[in-house]
Amino acid sequence: MQLTLINFAYLVASVLFILGLKGLTHPRTAVRGNLLGALAMLLAVVVTLLDQRVVTFEYILAGIVIGALIGSAFAARIPMTSMPELVAVFNGFGGIASVLVAGAALFEATDLGASSVRFTISTAASGIIGAVTFFGSLIAFLKLAEFVKKSWSGGAIKMLNVLLSLGCLGASAWLVIEPGSYEAYWLAVALAALLGIFLVVPIGGADMPVVIAFLNSCSGLAAAATGFVLGNNILIIAGSLVGASGLILTQIMCKAMNRSLGNVFFGGVGDAATDVGSDEEVYAGKVKSTSADEVAMLFDTARRVVIVPGYGMAVAQAQHAVRDLANELETRGIDVEYAIHPVAGRMPGHMNVLLAEAEVPYEKLVEMDVINPSFQQTDVVLVIGANDVVNPLARQADSGPIAGMPILDVDKARTVVVVKRSLSPGFAGIPNPLFAADNSLMFFGSAKEAVLDLVAAVKES
Amino acid sequence: MEALVAALTVFVLAVFVGFEIITKIPPTLHTPLMSGSNAISGITLVGALLSAGSEHSELATWLGMAAVVFATVNAVGGFMVTHRMLGMFKRRD
Repeated sequence: MQLTLINFAYLVASVLFILGLKGLTHPRTAVRGNLLGALAMLLAVVVTLLDQRVVTFEYILAGIVIGALIGSAFAARIPMTSMPELVAVFNGFGGIASVLVAGAALFEATDLGASSVRFTISTAASGIIGAVTFFGSLIAFLKLAEFVKKSWSGGAIKMLNVLLSLGCLGASAWLVIEPGSYEAYWLAVALAALLGIFLVVPIGGADMPVVIAFLNSCSGLAAAATGFVLGNNILIIAGSLVGASGLILTQIMCKAMNRSLGNVFFGGVGDAATDVGSDEEVYAGKVKSTSADEVAMLFDTARRVVIVPGYGMAVAQAQHAVRDLANELETRGIDVEYAIHPVAGRMPGHMNVLLAEAEVPYEKLVEMDVINPSFQQTDVVLVIGANDVVNPLARQADSGPIAGMPILDVDKARTVVVVKRSLSPGFAGIPNPLFAADNSLMFFGSAKEAVLDLVAAVKES
Repeated sequence: MEALVAALTVFVLAVFVGFEIITKIPPTLHTPLMSGSNAISGITLVGALLSAGSEHSELATWLGMAAVVFATVNAVGGFMVTHRMLGMFKRRD
């Protein structure tokens, strides 16, 4: 097929990608949006196969069949709690594909003796960003799947990362000066691989949403860089859309934790020494424990109940029980809503998916800024498996790791019931005065059993 | 140099379009947005096809084929899991 026609088809595919993303602006149109994106991909692939430069098809077909089988097997089976791991792996795959394509393009161009500065710079960029994405995602995956639980941090790693970044730049410069040197390219890739590993190694569980969003952005930028290598507009357009998307999500996540991206990567959690009081000072004699029957009585007189789900709820697989409780309350004429903190869960929007899976209608899931003013008119708040995102200490300037972090103002409600195993701290590692507040009741137990008990108690009353 | 500027123009404009659209996507859909946009970044597949299909050198073909596998996993898996997830988002009946 003629190049003009192919490029025209790429333009159509680009438009479809944009319309597809636009579809994602509302749950009603989202399914169609995603299908438009898939259609765009199909169109781009088909017209590429008609390109005159493509002369053998065996390898391509084999590759596509293998890839499609693996991809669909993953997609069909993955549980929703493991969504962050899956996205991390897919991010990584996109990254490594860019490394390989740029590498292959370098071999071809060198043999043909046609390498411009544009070509070498973008080849280096494609290899470096792609390798950081792949190896960073690999570490993120290992951490999310809890194969690796420790986080190593410290000045040595920061120093090493600076050196590795400089090394990447040096190797790129070598490639630009000597366009034919494969060694330079693979050296840059190797250094970038180490950089990816050591960037993510120091990052702890609470910061994972930021890292996943950031790597998402990188996978897009790697694709865009490959587009620069090949002079291919569809790669540039699709890649930069993804890059922008990941960047916005990164920014939202950082804001939700009141931290900068630099702080996440280079700060380390809990650096600032703080004096927020020990557990004993905060909790001694003030924590009131409650029972299912007592909470059911509270619900009896309540008109508005807000449920605050945290990652603990998802780990305990309690979302179905929570939905049953909400349904039971609604049949009694109680207004029930869910308050979703932006960093609830392990990736942006994770909690929404987990609740959607339990068939909670999406209108019931209310974001932080919208629901916060309504806590004063709320009779009962039920906090399930959340901790740092409802810690009132965040409003104090000197509260260390969570200072200034926007929180759900649950302490403004008439009564707060906290379902939790014990008084142990969250990721931030500081006590939560909410648990000792006058209007708080602790309902100790595992999330699932506690909620099931509540459902039974409500049914009886 | 001309080609670089042309490519940069497309890049910068596409980033702007991306920002405009993505900021309108509600937090409820942020996970599907990530998996869906992730699938879109599988567009590297187009580049991979060109490397794997052009009978240039054996090494380039093998690199290309590996890239085809990775990018296809990314694209096919990404769109499918997004579809599965979006099917779960329901209104109150």
